[in-house]
Amino acid sequence: MDLMKVVHDKQLKKDIPSFKPGDLVRVHTKVVEGDNERVQVFEGTVIARKSGGLNESLTVRKISFGVGVERTFPINSPRIIKLERIKEGRVRRAKLYYIRDKEGKEAKIKEKISNQVIPTDAKG
Amino acid sequence: MLEGLLGRKIGMTQVFDGQGAIVPVTVVQAGPCVVLGKKMMVKDAYNAIQLGFGQKKEKNLNKCRKGFYTKANLKPVEIIKEFKTDAVDTYNVGQEIKLDIFQIGDYVDVTGISKGKGYAGVIKRCGYTGGRSTHGSMFHRKPGSIGASSFPSRVLKGLGLPGQMGNVQRTTIKLEIVDIDLANNIILIKGAIPGNNKGLIMIKKTTKALKHKKVVAKAKSTDQKLVKKPSKKKLV
Repeated sequence: MDLMKVVHDKQLKKDIPSFKPGDLVRVHTKVVEGDNERVQVFEGTVIARKSGGLNESLTVRKISFGVGVERTFPINSPRIIKLERIKEGRVRRAKLYYIRDKEGKEAKIKEKISNQVIPTDAKG
Repeated sequence: MLEGLLGRKIGMTQVFDGQGAIVPVTVVQAGPCVVLGKKMMVKDAYNAIQLGFGQKKEKNLNKCRKGFYTKANLKPVEIIKEFKTDAVDTYNVGQEIKLDIFQIGDYVDVTGISKGKGYAGVIKRCGYTGGRSTHGSMFHRKPGSIGASSFPSRVLKGLGLPGQMGNVQRTTIKLEIVDIDLANNIILIKGAIPGNNKGLIMIKKTTKALKHKKVVAKAKSTDQKLVKKPSKKKLV
């Protein structure tokens, strides 16, 4: 399986920031419109992080004009230019699908407040 | 120009293409292959070169094979196949042939031994639907009637029946080459190919007519023979 790793290593991104389900993130994607190419930003809560290696993906959910919108991105796709973590959420589950059934205040995820002041970059 | 290479299937995965789309690929370790011998028109009535791939321990060789390798001063190989080519003179015995005979975007046919499924029934082997499991049905996974009584009163040729499934040589045709890693002898072929992982396979330039406009244009610039004229029937 050594050669499989060679194939994967070529395409794996090395600069993916650490993030977890429950975090508020901003995903910058390249969008092609006719001949033009522009960057689109999708901001929302990570409700799932799936699979691993080259196939890893994340699902981001946001409420847009009162309607829930979810998008799944392959993390290692060259179309994803940037991924930034804005807030760390305090959750107790790996998959936050229950949020789909909640509304208003119930659907809100509390921000994680740690006793120690640790900058997110220094972690891990 | 040589049109094929021997290799080993590593497994399937998916990669991103230039646009960011996900492409399903089979990773194949192809080559380096060694030229073991030549077949000449004068002596053998056809032109071809013998290619070898892989390694074999010397103790596993019989005397006949051992003699062949010592005479040619070569290391024993796991698999030997002949590839037809008119340019036999351009190759030397012992010469290594690598993946650079292919280019990204080329189409290839891949031959291998398909996965063995054993002695399979008609549902798995021929796609029959079978009968009902419950409610007193006594017809579950049987093939049913195969010849009737008065007409035709015989079994028609080609009728699907139970038997050995898989473990036979199969060729998947017209697969696109997605990527080539010359340094590691890795080739990425779009789609699935026959056989188990670690199975030995043969890659050849495709025999299928290439109809796609981009492919035809590319083939025209390199080799006229690859392009078949599109039939008039289909155009109308």
